[in-house]
Amino acid sequence: MSKKLKAVIIGPGNIGTDLLMKMFRSDWIEPAWMVGIDPESDGLKRAREMGIKTTAEGVDGLLPHIIEDDVRIAFDATSAYVHAENSRKLNELGVIMIDLTPAAIGPFCVPPVNLVQHAKDLKMNVNMVTCGGQATIPMVAAVSSIQDVEYGEIIATISSKSAGPGTRKNIDEFTRTTSSAIEKVGGADKGKAIIIINPAEPPLMMRDTVHCLTKGTPDEAAITEAVHQMVKEVQKYVPGYKLVNGPVFDGNRVSIFLEVEGLGDYLPKYSGNLDIMTAAGLRTAEMFAEEANKGAITLPVRG
Amino acid sequence: MNLKDKKVILHDMSLRDGMHAKRHQISLDQMVDVATGLDEAGMPLIEVTHGDGLGGTSVNYGFPAHSDEEYLTAVIPKMKKAKVSALLLPGIGTVDHLRMAKDLGVNTIRVATHCTEADVSEQHIGLAAKLGMDTVGFLMMGHMASPEKILEQARLMESYGANCIYCTDSAGYMLPDEITTKFQLLRAELNSNTELGFHGHHNMGMAIANSLAAIDAGAVRIDGSVAGLGAGAGNTPLEVLVAVLDRMSANHGIDLYKIMDVAEDLVVPMMDQPIRVDRDALTLGYAGVYSSFLLFAQRAESKYGIMARDLLVELGRRGTVGGQEDMIEDLALTMAKEKGLI
Repeated sequence: MSKKLKAVIIGPGNIGTDLLMKMFRSDWIEPAWMVGIDPESDGLKRAREMGIKTTAEGVDGLLPHIIEDDVRIAFDATSAYVHAENSRKLNELGVIMIDLTPAAIGPFCVPPVNLVQHAKDLKMNVNMVTCGGQATIPMVAAVSSIQDVEYGEIIATISSKSAGPGTRKNIDEFTRTTSSAIEKVGGADKGKAIIIINPAEPPLMMRDTVHCLTKGTPDEAAITEAVHQMVKEVQKYVPGYKLVNGPVFDGNRVSIFLEVEGLGDYLPKYSGNLDIMTAAGLRTAEMFAEEANKGAITLPVRG
Repeated sequence: MNLKDKKVILHDMSLRDGMHAKRHQISLDQMVDVATGLDEAGMPLIEVTHGDGLGGTSVNYGFPAHSDEEYLTAVIPKMKKAKVSALLLPGIGTVDHLRMAKDLGVNTIRVATHCTEADVSEQHIGLAAKLGMDTVGFLMMGHMASPEKILEQARLMESYGANCIYCTDSAGYMLPDEITTKFQLLRAELNSNTELGFHGHHNMGMAIANSLAAIDAGAVRIDGSVAGLGAGAGNTPLEVLVAVLDRMSANHGIDLYKIMDVAEDLVVPMMDQPIRVDRDALTLGYAGVYSSFLLFAQRAESKYGIMARDLLVELGRRGTVGGQEDMIEDLALTMAKEKGLI
């Protein structure tokens, strides 16, 4: 029996297609299905051309095939509005849901910070926060692993071309979800998130700034070491993750300046914001597969 | 230019844009004193929030002396005739801030986006309009897009429910001809009942001339600050604009001597530094950079030894937009490393 777990991607848009391309390279996850709602959509055509099964009947069109094809993991790259229903239907059949929408009905997952725990607990729905959260929360967590952070703030700047209609229509969701995860996953007492969309041509690379206010004078050497260590952890699944400047220290302020270059699979390299989401989502699925293979967790029993 | 009897609604920025120049440290007493003076002078609209709008409090933009709630609660009940407005930048503030402002008695919400990114404002403009507020779509850095693009983005904001559209010269870069072209197009193409507004900065010394050009081309709302207290070289100095409009017999409704006195007796003594077209403020205008970058660039200069002017020119070259204050320290660090200073 193959150690790989079979997966379905719901939502054949830019994110879904990029995820599919990454998945073909994975040692742990095998793409099996792409789910859409429009048979004529480019995304479903692309998926068919890449040789995976598709349905244009939404999640309901997939349900009869879950057991037969032994689908174990689902990635939802649709919208917060339909996610809860998608998740309920698939969880019932024992499929682990990785939520790339802002719905956040399951716990937040930022791989280098808390993925191991979620995998051990066999969480059936994990939420990948936001692009800005994936890029910055590892840094907040690195600082708070050394010292209490009373306030964590992140500023994510993304190119206009990489900001999709979903993000634009509900930009408050980004600020709320990211702020909340800075607290819950990053470990800051209070979180704040700011997002800026920049239309410059050629498009700018995703960049992120992290400011932490520590309780007491920051331990510069230990924090610097923890930040560099965490950058390496993120680079394991996002090679273009780069510490541009910092950490710089000013009183109790610790500031870190980052750039995120994507792999350029389906999405252009400047859209590191989208790449870090698909890479983090895939990394999450892989961890579940690795834990299952080791026997550390037992996937839901199937007849 | 003939502006005789043209109606102009002036809108004071000294307690919001002026927060940039004051590092967001205006006291509650100062807010109330200036606002009361403006109310008595006949100012119809006064903006009160953090310099970066509702929810702007942050490491990135600066922590204010008081919260937006405290400022609004202090000022609004003291106003006899003047209405209070609040700025909101989607991506920084949220609809929660908007509801808070409405509950505290804010009359006018101005939802500001970069001039090519109006579609991030749908939630906020939609809600403000639904709540029955005077709802303004505020397109920032108006020099960075063509007249046709500005019109396209203005139409989006209009479709979300804005009853007034601003084309804003956030960098103090525009010259009167550009203002004329953009406002004439907006006036010709937007709904006739949609008001137009202009918000200028004085970085190239053009704020008064630009305001007049905007009025001549159909703008009704004009922003300015008493004594120019605002980011960069400040906003259009209101007492000067009132005197000019007086001479032109425009219909502005402000008592000139009273607003002069607010400027001289209340606002100038508040200033931490003269608000003038110094080398760095001029560079903002010349390079087309967001005006509130000024003090951040000057602080980076003193900390990292890179001239503010060099930082600002490079920020302009990179096409930075409003809100990217975090780029300033990042760039200063990179330039200081390249020069072997750190």
